[in-house]
Amino acid sequence: MTKLSEQQYQVVVKSVADKKALPGALLPILHDIQDQLGYIPKAAIDIIAAGLKQTAAEIYGVISFYHHFRLDKPGNHLVEICRAEACQAMGSEALEQEIKSKLGIDYHQTSKDNNVSLEPVYCLGNCACGPSVKVGERVYGRMSGEKFSQLMDKLSTYVVELGQGENHAS
Amino acid sequence: MPVKIYIPCDTTALAMGADEVAKTVEFQSREAGLSADIIRNGSRGLFYLEPLVEVATARGRIAFGPVEPEDVPGLIETLMEHGDVFEGKHPLYLGLTEEIPYLARQQRLTFARAGIIDPFSIADYQAHDGFEGLKRALALIDSAGPQGIVDEVKNSGLRGRGGAAFPTGIKWQTVLDTPAEQKYIVCNADEGDSGTFADRLLMEADPFTLIEGMIIAGLAVGANQGYIYLRSEYPQADKILNQAIKTAYAQGYLGKNIQGSGQHFDLEVRLGAGAYICGEETSLLESLEGKRGLVRAKPPLPAIEGLFGLPTIVNNVISLASVPVILAKGGDYYRDYGMGRSRGTLPVQLAGNIKQGGLVELAFGETLHNLVFDFGGGTFSGKPAKAIQVGGPLGAYLPQAQWHTPLDYEAFAANNAVLGHGGVVVFDTSVDMAKQARFAMEFCKIESCGKCTPCRIGSVRGVEVIDKIISHDNQEQNLELLNDLCDTMELGSLCAMGGMTPYPVRSVIEHFSGDLLKTVTGNEQQE
Repeated sequence: MTKLSEQQYQVVVKSVADKKALPGALLPILHDIQDQLGYIPKAAIDIIAAGLKQTAAEIYGVISFYHHFRLDKPGNHLVEICRAEACQAMGSEALEQEIKSKLGIDYHQTSKDNNVSLEPVYCLGNCACGPSVKVGERVYGRMSGEKFSQLMDKLSTYVVELGQGENHAS
Repeated sequence: MPVKIYIPCDTTALAMGADEVAKTVEFQSREAGLSADIIRNGSRGLFYLEPLVEVATARGRIAFGPVEPEDVPGLIETLMEHGDVFEGKHPLYLGLTEEIPYLARQQRLTFARAGIIDPFSIADYQAHDGFEGLKRALALIDSAGPQGIVDEVKNSGLRGRGGAAFPTGIKWQTVLDTPAEQKYIVCNADEGDSGTFADRLLMEADPFTLIEGMIIAGLAVGANQGYIYLRSEYPQADKILNQAIKTAYAQGYLGKNIQGSGQHFDLEVRLGAGAYICGEETSLLESLEGKRGLVRAKPPLPAIEGLFGLPTIVNNVISLASVPVILAKGGDYYRDYGMGRSRGTLPVQLAGNIKQGGLVELAFGETLHNLVFDFGGGTFSGKPAKAIQVGGPLGAYLPQAQWHTPLDYEAFAANNAVLGHGGVVVFDTSVDMAKQARFAMEFCKIESCGKCTPCRIGSVRGVEVIDKIISHDNQEQNLELLNDLCDTMELGSLCAMGGMTPYPVRSVIEHFSGDLLKTVTGNEQQE
């Protein structure tokens, strides 16, 4: 098991300490850790278990039950494609194939350049304007293969643009 | 005086570019020397028009939509040139928002404020009759005790928006009658059904209504702690709800001594983690307790042994958000809408392949056909509609012959269909219904909590058997086997996940068997 870095260790210990008094504290702790680190490192499980006086197996059992939690580090951008019926009715199946082939990865995988991780999602609540894709916290409606490519281009050049934007902003 | 410009900030508006539009409006109005006050309201739910930009005028709010950033300069120009008389002056002009037929023909009780108010402003909420229900509930506590509130909800005929459509007042009565030191109000905001977004819209457009409904529920049964169990897929709702809760605490609507009444209610949002099964009330409670969301066997009912083993109300967002208007205007007022035993209004969500998708709140009894073709304008693709799935992934696919069924729990049950959360998903003729039947089983396979065998194993076998049928492998025998499997899942599963997965599958067998039994053309096997 890979050891936690000092920063990761601090995040995990603080999350557990901050939230363990909450009734039903485990999900809030897991969310907090994943929000900060992008995933829940396996080495965090023992610390969480000790803090909540539960077994490591119990903690692992909870993490593995929920689709949202992940034990592996995701790419820079988490892309989620809606596979549910309302999006299917608007051609999400073809969109899935197109995005997978553009990125060269399947679901639950991360691209070689570590830029994108791809996950399926079952309903983003944007069912009147599907098909929908979520990138990070943001949902995009009426998605097409072409629009997705433009979006990806924009995301990969984001850092450069941000640098320029700051100069212009003042 | 600055001109007020409303640009929604709900998920769908944002997904269609509302932030970019807002930024452009800000920039362009500054450039043009127009003094503008931009308000990020919630959406009215006319999603086919999003981003819907409204301009406040002496006549009322005028709508333009759908607005893209490149439309903004022209819009600002029109605004500068014509003051508030825009008629015919701009291609995106829609007239007074309230008079857009899609909205004007609705009967909005629960969503009365959605899209009108600024969801972040408690003052705006109060100015639009917010907290009138709470005021009445506090008065009832003094005059008739908690029973007075429960009676009002019973009288309204309000039923839960989950699959079971259980009367809300009866549930409340059980919790009120169960003595305990601690009781809980849990809002089921795990709206996982595809084609539904009423909860999300309500939470993003008018969060204080839900908060008010939960406080009233707490007063009614003697619970001082509430949890909103929200899907992690709804980050915008999470942000808005948390902000609203913070404001409600600051203004003395939450916490100890609510509005000087001596009553106490605390409220917290808890995020789920992407498990559909946690929309089932007992799974949800397990999840709130910090465990895997495994279904509990019932009885005991959560009303008697719920969260942490204590009496708990578990209600959907729409049920709880309908309570303020019921208290403010009386149970009779709400009950007078609707038909048969389905009282009040149903927020219907028009989704999928539909031209004018969005939220339509109407009294129960409207036909599916009118909703889809009148409000919805038919399919988005322009091809004829073939099937309409109502009630989420566990709901039946209705063929054309059933589209005149009125929206009523009992009428739907008579067609082996469910109304559920009011989600309506339209499919055009390009759909392959065999694939949809297969997906129903596949979804159950992915989302089953695994506790009971009919659901856990039945769904895996279901996918296999449908694959065999599609590839013409002993089609007749496998169809019989599929029917048998559906019986087992329906009768043997612990909860609605396994118990209702047969609904969409059987509706395909019954009404769309042509797709299921069609001649194999090439390799149609998937995955």
